[in-house]
Amino acid sequence: MKENFTGKVWKLGDDIDTDIIIPTQFLALKSVEDMKKYAFHPLRPELASLIQPGDIIVAGKNFGCGSSREQAPEIIAALKVGCIIAKSYARIFYRNAFNNGLLLLENDVLYDCCNEGDQVTVNLENSQVFLGEEAFPVVSIPGDLLQMVQAGGLVPFMRKKNGK
Amino acid sequence: MGMTIGEKILARACGKDVVKPGEIITAKVDLCMSNDGTTHLNIDIFEKKLKGEKVFDPEKVIFIVDHNVPAESPKTAEVHKKMRNFAQKHHVSFYEGAGVCHQIMIEDYVVPGQLIIAADSHTCSYGGLGAFGTGVGCTDLTSIMHSGETWLMVPETLNFVMEGNFRQGVYARDLILKIIGDIGADGATYKIMEFSGSAVKNLTIDDRVVLCNMAVEAGAKSGLVAADERVIEYVKSRGRHEMHLFVSDEDAVYEQSYAYNLADIEPMVAIPHNVDNVVPVTEIGEVKIDQAFIGSCNNGRIEELRVAAQILQGKKIAPYVKLLISPASKEVYLQALEEGLVDIFMESGAMVLNANCSVCWGGCQGVIGEGETLISTGTRNFKGRAGHPNSSVYLASAATVAASALVGKITDPRGMIG
Repeated sequence: MKENFTGKVWKLGDDIDTDIIIPTQFLALKSVEDMKKYAFHPLRPELASLIQPGDIIVAGKNFGCGSSREQAPEIIAALKVGCIIAKSYARIFYRNAFNNGLLLLENDVLYDCCNEGDQVTVNLENSQVFLGEEAFPVVSIPGDLLQMVQAGGLVPFMRKKNGK
Repeated sequence: MGMTIGEKILARACGKDVVKPGEIITAKVDLCMSNDGTTHLNIDIFEKKLKGEKVFDPEKVIFIVDHNVPAESPKTAEVHKKMRNFAQKHHVSFYEGAGVCHQIMIEDYVVPGQLIIAADSHTCSYGGLGAFGTGVGCTDLTSIMHSGETWLMVPETLNFVMEGNFRQGVYARDLILKIIGDIGADGATYKIMEFSGSAVKNLTIDDRVVLCNMAVEAGAKSGLVAADERVIEYVKSRGRHEMHLFVSDEDAVYEQSYAYNLADIEPMVAIPHNVDNVVPVTEIGEVKIDQAFIGSCNNGRIEELRVAAQILQGKKIAPYVKLLISPASKEVYLQALEEGLVDIFMESGAMVLNANCSVCWGGCQGVIGEGETLISTGTRNFKGRAGHPNSSVYLASAATVAASALVGKITDPRGMIG
């Protein structure tokens, strides 16, 4: 992952739960590639087919609340979303996301300022997100967490460290 | 400065005398558990990516098949087979069809003072017995299976101080719905919800588990009640004698305290599609139902089944309404049989299912169709949770669900008991 990237915004609301991200009936599908087509299915069945690599999800508060199912961040990562920028996250999801190489950023205000389809630019070095000229601060992601995301998650990161 | 129960349990788990909120610790895990919702993923990571050879301690790793049991498709059967094979190879404890994972853990494993981590969000249930339970995803769980430890941040604690007694027709389930409605679905994000006060001594273990189980629906890391004589007696009666008893110090620091008088609580209902969307049953208006469900890790224990039976005894459920009941474990099921509750359920027109997660998570029998409405004692009412994306789930107590099944619409259970 680059430290600077720009992506198109898809907007989702508050309390996007894990059953919306991946409904139970699709959990037994063989692979994440099969599952990712059903991302956000109960809310917006067409969304998974529209998301392009590098796009950015901007959401309200408590993103990822609900179950500990790791398929939730896994399929968002598989859609190659650049990152999620939400007002806040549920904590089981938060940790699962980093463990699967999905970058999460937090900002309170961006959601209310941007529209779906806008372009936003993430600058990780300065912990800022830009909507046009306007800058929004995001919590800085420590270097080792960023390296973990860049490696694709905790397991690939550990293997890399162990030289396997 | 004193510590809360949660802080004391975490201090023990990381071998320190004192821990403070915000501190990141590496803790030894007393038990780890995984179910068929995600264990196939753990096994893939363990075998293919980590190239793990053994689990850290086979006696502390528990696999439970409860989410889709019996298997409803060849794909699920494959998942179960994978778990079974791994369990045999690594000699880890294995349950299949014996009940909902958290109920089995409570019956067979949990003791006060433990740190228990499982790949299921409702692991916070064990706080009912004074243990710190918390849910993780399968990557973290796999690393615990491998090493027996994990890192975590010590959470702040919220104190819910309870006094008084519930009035007739009102239960712990109504209280936790009320609390979640008050503080919101993110009202306790990464906090411990401690339940304390003079009311605790009158709460049964089932009640305490009901409260702690849904802590995660407010975003909590864990729910906790200090273990007392009632818990000690229960755990000993199950043949477990080693435990670590902690209570919060008088000068423990809470981020915030809330006061609840149990006598003020009414029957509550969470309306679609969020658990914090809570109203008293008296304000719900006319809501017709197609299906009712009693069961799950929140509300499928013997006490809830007794309450449902009291309401259903000698009556018939409404025409064209289905009532599905799944006792939380085989043991609960046998007890219900012995007490004649299953007879009452079946005579009322209910379908009694095997002990499993069932309708609560919508992965097996009992899903609902487009436009249908379910009232459930399950844990969540998310959009599409129990079947079709365009269906509705209301959450309530076993009493409210049973009363609603009789009338065919959401109904206040007070006055229908006995």
